Amino acid sequence: MEITEIMVRYGELSTKGKNKKKFIKILYKNITNKLKRFDGLKVSYNRDRMHINLNGENAESVIEELQEVFGIQSFSPVIRVERSVDAAKEAVIQLIENNYVPGMSFKINTRRSDHTFEYDTNEVNRLLGSVVEEHFKNIHVKMKNPTATIRVEIRKRGIFISVDTIKGRGGLPVGSGGTGMLMLSGGIDSPVAGYLSLKRGMRIEAIHFHSPPYTSPQALKKAKDLTVKLSRYAGELTFIEVPFTEIQEQIKKVIPEEYSMTITRRMMMRLTDEIRIKRNGLAIINGESLGQVASQTLESMAAINAVTNTPVLRPLISMDKIDIIDIAKKIDTYELAIQPFEDCCTIFASNRPKTKPKMQKVADLERALDVESLMQKAIENIRIQTISTEINEQNEIEKQFANLL
Amino acid sequence: MKTMISLYLLERTINFAILKRVYERMENKRGAGMIYFDNSATTKAEASVLRTYQTVSEQFFGNPSSLHQLGEKSRQLLNLSRKQIAVLLNVDNEEIYFTGGGTEGDNVAVKGTAMAKINYGRHIITSVTEHPAVIKSMEQLEHLGWDITYLSVDDKGMISLKELKQALRKDTILVSLMAVNNETGSLQPIKEVGALLRHYPSVHFHVDAVQALGKIDLELSNSRIDIAVFSGHKFHAPKGSGFMYVRKGRKLAPVLSGGGQENGLRNGTENVPGNVALAKAVRLLLENQEAKKENLLSMKNSLLDYLKTFQKVTIFSPEQSAPHIICFGIKNSRGEVLVHALEQDEIYISTTSACSSREQGNVHSIKEMGYTIKQAESAVRISLSNMNTSLEIEAFKKQFSRAYERLTTMEE
Repeated sequence: MEITEIMVRYGELSTKGKNKKKFIKILYKNITNKLKRFDGLKVSYNRDRMHINLNGENAESVIEELQEVFGIQSFSPVIRVERSVDAAKEAVIQLIENNYVPGMSFKINTRRSDHTFEYDTNEVNRLLGSVVEEHFKNIHVKMKNPTATIRVEIRKRGIFISVDTIKGRGGLPVGSGGTGMLMLSGGIDSPVAGYLSLKRGMRIEAIHFHSPPYTSPQALKKAKDLTVKLSRYAGELTFIEVPFTEIQEQIKKVIPEEYSMTITRRMMMRLTDEIRIKRNGLAIINGESLGQVASQTLESMAAINAVTNTPVLRPLISMDKIDIIDIAKKIDTYELAIQPFEDCCTIFASNRPKTKPKMQKVADLERALDVESLMQKAIENIRIQTISTEINEQNEIEKQFANLL
Repeated sequence: MKTMISLYLLERTINFAILKRVYERMENKRGAGMIYFDNSATTKAEASVLRTYQTVSEQFFGNPSSLHQLGEKSRQLLNLSRKQIAVLLNVDNEEIYFTGGGTEGDNVAVKGTAMAKINYGRHIITSVTEHPAVIKSMEQLEHLGWDITYLSVDDKGMISLKELKQALRKDTILVSLMAVNNETGSLQPIKEVGALLRHYPSVHFHVDAVQALGKIDLELSNSRIDIAVFSGHKFHAPKGSGFMYVRKGRKLAPVLSGGGQENGLRNGTENVPGNVALAKAVRLLLENQEAKKENLLSMKNSLLDYLKTFQKVTIFSPEQSAPHIICFGIKNSRGEVLVHALEQDEIYISTTSACSSREQGNVHSIKEMGYTIKQAESAVRISLSNMNTSLEIEAFKKQFSRAYERLTTMEE
């Protein structure tokens, strides 16, 4: 008995009518990309399922990778035995034994694509079902919602049996929902906002504001490392670094302290929107959660949001910090995020920022800034980088020192 | 002023000329003719390893703790070196700590355990044939109130598992044993001790593996070993470099307190060039490991077969021992006489251990194996490395037979 295949179910995709074909194609691309390091795999798909033929690759490692792909409702490892009822009986008993709970119910669900097989579907169902009932004391057959459904498929190459159903990550395949620009600071929230956007199929590009020498290379690296973590769910991510020093220095010089936060955010929003246009994005995403800090009151959000008509998506808007942290821990961004490097939101931060900025006052004060030229300079000097896996960046460093080691 | 400068330069030139002549003479005398068979004392550093040392010292000299680019580069380099060693030994990166060598590692293992577990017990088990780095640490602890059990060894230099089992107590915090004895090449039953200690999960198991790396199989990742100590200069890395393996979850107190380097266990600015060179030396050592062990063993066996033809030669190394060490003696002849006799032919061997060979009568492993003091004092040690060649083995044989004649005749 060995796991020879993994069967993937799409879930929500099935309800998407005309677009279904396109969605499945995107999922197929995402899955093959995710599994590209396994040379032997063969992936094929039809309207309802995707089949990953392992060809001797390690099932556990493949499953681990699949659990990070959005758009999969569930998947099942499939065991192949020889084409005989006895072999199937033995396998079914062992499979149930692995999952046995007294009082459980089960059903056998046989399909037969090989019609030359000696028994028909119902006969196989009955034969295997009675063996299970004889072998286990406290078990019964149930057709509707059984504890375990054992799928048996009789094909030319053997009998394929599966019982475990592993829950997939759900959501929609990344790339099926347009592109959004994620404002990524380096804190706990923004990576979670990015993750939740990916979950609904959006492609994201991370935008990070960098103010050297006030912010350190370590802070920049942290933002990139967070992007690496997100890339596990996205395949590849674009990381855009925006030079922000001059703008922050100007604001510090000419804007009254209590309004500097609001105006700084408005500049970030403007820059993000500008980059969005260049990169053909459709939305801006940030990690704001209502009432969390001064910039995240409804009044602040309104004043900051006023600089653009682009949809600004806030996946965390109604979430408590503790729930956000839960997700951050699950996606392994939490430990990175709490490293204590100052980012551009904390430098020059006022002790008493306005929590209810007045829209007109903001506009008036902002006139002291040469918004146009400041933005132009920043946009001209953005750095765009593709970030995929950890290994890539590590390879660069390793290459550099290879001759020494 | 001008005269002074030219005088100074003249003096410099003359000095240089003299130095050059002295150096040339040394080259003629030593150089190609030398046979170095004292590799358990220390080894010659590998040329490519030294190039790494120099390059790192010149180009990546920043302090890994510094925030700037230069420091960042050093930090990356240090972490890569750690990773390289971890991968080669099949353990996690965080389980490798750089040290200054074997003595330091042993001290940290013993005293670090004693301090970290002070509230859990004060009983430690070790053997009578351990390296002084361990023995002296134990003695220090004994003075401070710890209770130490010293296990005896048999004629093969091995401890008895039964004795170990009897010695284990509720308040035992540490078992410390060496994998390969530095004087005789004797092996301790590390695997079997590990199996026994699986029943005592809270006891730290420290293995002094200074003579073991690349010489015998020593599995760390799936073993019961908690701490293993290694020293770079025993395998062609620069002196003053070393590392230790500390299994995840095991707590050790630092012996030197300071700035928190090496996860707080080994404080003090990291020896980046030494550690990078060390990582390279580990890689080179473990390349074609099996073939190299074979090579050592065939040289050792060739020597053993030859030495056994001499009536008055006693072999102290047990049958099953490390492939690079032969401990033997000529009856009634003090070991140091043989060392000096061979030295005249530029063959360098050692009395049993370099650390103690300058102290009289300190031949403890052989004595503990049941030999008389007189026999123990006859002991010398040949220790090989893969830099040695079969040509050297043959040359040694020739010179040895002459020395043997000379010393045995003198005695009669």
